[in-house]
This record gives sequence, C-alpha cells and structure tokens, in this order.
Amino acid sequence: MRLSQGKTLFEKVWETHLVAEEPGAPAVVYIDLHLVHEVTSPQAFTGLAARGLKVRRPERTKATMDHSTPTRKSSDGRFVFVDEQNRAQLEVLRANCEAHGIELFALGDARNGIVHVVGPELGLTHPGMTIVCGDSHTSTHGAFGALAFGIGTSQVEHVLATQCLLHARPKTFRVTFEGAPGPGVSAKDLILALIARIGVGGATGHVLEYAGPAIEALDMEGRMTVCNMSIEAGAKAGMIAADDKTFAYLEGRERAPKGADFAAAVDRWRGLVSDADASFDRELTIDAASLVPRLTWGTNPGMGVGIDEPVPDPATLSDVQAKEATQKALAYMGLEAGKPLLGREVDVVFIGSCTNSRISDLRAAAQIFEGRKVASGLRALVVPGSHEVKKQAEAEGLDRVFVEAGAEWREPGCSMCIAMNGDEIGPGQVAVSTSNRNFEGRQGKGGRTLLASPYTAAAAAVTGKVTDPRTLLSR
Amino acid sequence: MEPFRPFSARLVPVVVDDVDTDQIIPARFLKVTDKVGLGQKLFSDWRYEADGSPKPSFPLNDSRYAGAQILLSGHNFGCGSSREHAPWSLVDYGLRAVIATSFADIFKGNALKNGLLPIELEPAHHAALRARLEADPSVEVKVDLDAQTITLPDGTTSSFPVDPFAKRMLLEGVDELGYLLAREPAIAAFEASRG
Repeated sequence: MRLSQGKTLFEKVWETHLVAEEPGAPAVVYIDLHLVHEVTSPQAFTGLAARGLKVRRPERTKATMDHSTPTRKSSDGRFVFVDEQNRAQLEVLRANCEAHGIELFALGDARNGIVHVVGPELGLTHPGMTIVCGDSHTSTHGAFGALAFGIGTSQVEHVLATQCLLHARPKTFRVTFEGAPGPGVSAKDLILALIARIGVGGATGHVLEYAGPAIEALDMEGRMTVCNMSIEAGAKAGMIAADDKTFAYLEGRERAPKGADFAAAVDRWRGLVSDADASFDRELTIDAASLVPRLTWGTNPGMGVGIDEPVPDPATLSDVQAKEATQKALAYMGLEAGKPLLGREVDVVFIGSCTNSRISDLRAAAQIFEGRKVASGLRALVVPGSHEVKKQAEAEGLDRVFVEAGAEWREPGCSMCIAMNGDEIGPGQVAVSTSNRNFEGRQGKGGRTLLASPYTAAAAAVTGKVTDPRTLLSR
Repeated sequence: MEPFRPFSARLVPVVVDDVDTDQIIPARFLKVTDKVGLGQKLFSDWRYEADGSPKPSFPLNDSRYAGAQILLSGHNFGCGSSREHAPWSLVDYGLRAVIATSFADIFKGNALKNGLLPIELEPAHHAALRARLEADPSVEVKVDLDAQTITLPDGTTSSFPVDPFAKRMLLEGVDELGYLLAREPAIAAFEASRG
C-alpha cells in the first residue's frame, strides 16, 4: 500500500498524458513527440497505407536519417554508399515524409544526425514530454525529465495514426549515485557500473530515475549518456529531474520556446522532480566516489568490470546458467578466465554513437589524443553525432587533433555502433567502443566489442591496448 | 491476424540466457523496407557457417527438431534493440510461441502484436520441460492461450501469465490499432483540453 502522497517524476509525466484508462485495457497515453528514422518506420508507413490512414499529427513527428547513412564522402563531396539497400531505405523514408508532410532532417542537411543527438540539440526535447521512437535508445531524452522510450514498428504505426500508445503503467526504480567520481571517471562509467550491478534484465518493467549528487553534477550531455543506456538494464525508460542545467541547455535552442514562452515553460518545468515524500517500487544506491573507469569484457552490457579488475572465472561461479554464459562469452571474446583486461591488445577504436558522440565526448577524447599518435596498426574512427556537433568540433580544432593523431574524422551517423552502413570491425577483431552494445557481432560479424567511455577508448587508441586513461590524463 | 487457437507442436531448444535481438536477427538484415523472407535470417550468425552452409550443431539445423513451432529459450529473451524484425523473423520461420523464464519488455510487446506468444514459465517448470525435451526431442506440447496453460503428452500442465488485454486481442485476432482508432473522441478531447 502506498503511504505517501508525493509523486515521482515519472508519475507526474505519466498522469498528465493519460487520454483514457478503461478496465481490462492498458492506458491510452498521448505522445508529444514522435521521432522517426529509416530502419524501423517503412513497414509502419506501409501499414498506414494498407488501412488508408494518414498521420494524425505530422507536426509532432520529426524524421532523421542515421542508421543506414554513409559517414564517408568521396573527393567530390558525395556520400559513398556501400550498399544500394541503404540508399533505397533512405529514399523510402524521404518519400514517406513527403507524402505525409513530416519534417525530415535528411542526409547532408545541417540538422541531420543521430536521432537522439539532434532531438535535444534542436530543442525539440522538453521536460515533461512523452517521446517515443522506433529505437530502444530513445531513453536518452529522459535526461531532460521527459518520459521517453523505444517502441516497435507496430507501435510506430499506432502513434503515426493516433498520436497515442497503449501502455500498461510501469513500476518505478530510483538509483541514487552518492559522492563524486574521481578524474577520468565519466557518465559512461556510472551507467556501466549500474548495469553490471543489476544485470541486463535488472530493471525490466521499471522506469529508472537517476538521482543523487553524482547525477546532479553531470552536464546535460553526461546525463544523456546515463539515460541512453537505461534499456541495457532492461528498463522501460530512464529519467533525471529537470533543473537549472536543463533549462540553460534548452534556452536559445532553435525549437525551444522563446522569450516569455520560455520563462513560462521553465515555471512549469521546475515542478518536474520527484517529491521528497514520493515512493518508488525499488531503490538502489551506488557510491560514485569508489568507481574507476570501466569496460565490458563479455557479450552483453552487464558483463563489465572496473579497469583494474580481472575478468570473471567461471570455475568460481556456482550457478550453472551463469557459469555457462560466462564460459560462452569468454570463448567468443577470446579471453582467458580470471585475467585482467589491462594490456589486452586492441585493433579498432570507435568514438561515436547516440551514447557518446556529443561535443563533450569529443573534447574528452581529444584530451587524450592531443600530442599523441594512434598506435601502429590500430584503426581509430571518430564519428560526431550530428552536423552541429561536427561543426562545433571543427570550430574548436578537435578534428585536427584527431586527424593529426592518425584517427579518421567522419560524417555524422550511427556508424560502427550498429554496423549497417559499412563501418564495421572484422571477425575476431577487438574494438574498444564508446557505443552501447557489445552483443556478438554487433559491430561486425565475429567482432569483439569492449564498451567504455571516450577517455578509455582514446587511451586504447594511442597505446594500442586496454589502458587506464587516468595514467594519460595526469601528465 | 488469425485468432490464436490452441495448438500442439514440437519444440526446438536454444536455451541460452539473455538472447539479444542482434542474435535473433543481426542488424545487417535490417536494411529491408518490408517483412519478406526474414525467417531465413533468423539466428543467422549462430545458424550458418561463414560460407553460408548450416552449422550442424545449431538446433535449428538439427533434424530431430524439424518442424518445431515452439522455441525454448532461457532468461530475459529478446533483450536489446526494439527491432520488430525479431518477432517477424521468428514468425516467418514458422514459430508460434517462445517459452522462456522471462522476456525483455519491448520484445514481449512486439511478439504479442505479431501473434507470437511469449510463454513465461516458472524456473522449475522450465527446467522440467527442458529435461523432457532432452529425453525426447520429438515431444509435443499443447499450448492453450485461453486457459493459459501448456500441457505435455503425459498430462503435466504448467500455467503462464498473459496480459488480459493482449490475450483478448490474440484470441479475437484483432490488433491494437483498431482499439486506439476507436478512442478518437477521447484523443480529440484530450488535445482540445491542452489548448
């Protein structure tokens, strides 16, 4: 029984978006912003056409091209497609957007980029909104106090047709990060620590709220990194209370409210915090001060260790399923049980993805690259999250830092995070990647992914092996 | 969709925990703009050798499980991405249900919308079924959604939970969009109330 009267942040957003709640059916939830990309939308538009339906609220629908987009241009400035299927998928999105009057940030457009980078960057993402996209990393937008989550293509069709979704009310789970992380320990390390602690199914059925001093101290980009990987713990969404940093980030953004409207919006948004007497279905506290840079060693994001720890030894595990899973993952990754990851040779470094491709991520990586060279034989790829990020990085000279170090500086997109556009690692290769998934073959068939922060990825790039970035930051 | 009727079928075991959607269907097969032929890509990297020939050790290639319509997996099946290509590929392959001890949220929702029944069994019942299948790969299981049970030939019955609304949709063979479209007056009123 619920004893307190206070409401959680989730409840405040949920309850203001309920269109209908009928017995025996999930709630009908209104969606403020629907983001669309080329991979998970074509069959939804086909479904609409089959029923003769139109898009109910085209102005609440925004599309971008990101997954199938090339990150390479030829010398005459044209994008280089490796597969005609990629190009065809982009053309289908363009045609669907034209037919339904949906604004599209197409390949090459100044507003183009990864969907979860451009939404916040343009000021489309506001506190208190409900936001969906046919993409599990939609949880990113929760960093603004929005309720944002990934949906399947059937649901994309539902939202296109009705601007609503049927959804059972999820449970709530607050994770409080106490203390202050040390130098070289970033937002990525906080979220990797949580996922390792609770597992890839640890938050299934729940909306996470991240709180505590270590979260409050993060800038908006760090908060997006944390919320981005909520799905990797199985959560429905991840949210962070709106505060002055949220408002400062949004002020002046192209699609954010302006002038008196902005002031009025901030007055509303200030209430988007969990009340002091709100209760959560679950709670967990993590000591951020004790964290070190982290890496995953295995084949899901929960298989992670601190950079100074050995990988697990299945012989020490009593649970049969856990033992089998650990053995299988170690074998796939080519790792020896109980040995440290430090010093492990690395073939590829990828800095990018909706998790870590924003300007602060590139600045962090550049701190390590500056004045150093990419290790001999290693391939390093730096892929900004959007054209806006690319422009800013080039204005700051970060592109020159990367290129002079020997890294490749690319056009924006999802790139090697999902390896749909030709940017991929080879069978057996080891990549340290700032992306969000280390599943078998995720970055290329047979490839082996170690997930880490931009600091840790850059440290691997300049040393050719898994290296504690703190040893390179402290000179 | 066809109404979901009781059926009896054989099982195929891929009893691994945390089977992610990148294993169910790798991202390189998501460049399509339709749903055609995805069953051939199901579990592609576990199912085929580098040269495209079937890996004999993978259960989908094992003749003992030929014709199976139920997949037996482990804990947290379908974690990872929201791609509905995962249930599309399972259905296109000919599967009608997946039995596991738990499912990832988005996958479960996607499966239900495609007439693929996610059957969540208690660990003890799951272990017993797995042992039964190991002893007799041809064992048939009867799935009854209305009763929310699966039954072995010896009469052993296990029950499983299903969201009542999803159950109704499956039994009637209708989809959620029809329900949502019928809420148009409420949606319009909600929009009007926000100004």
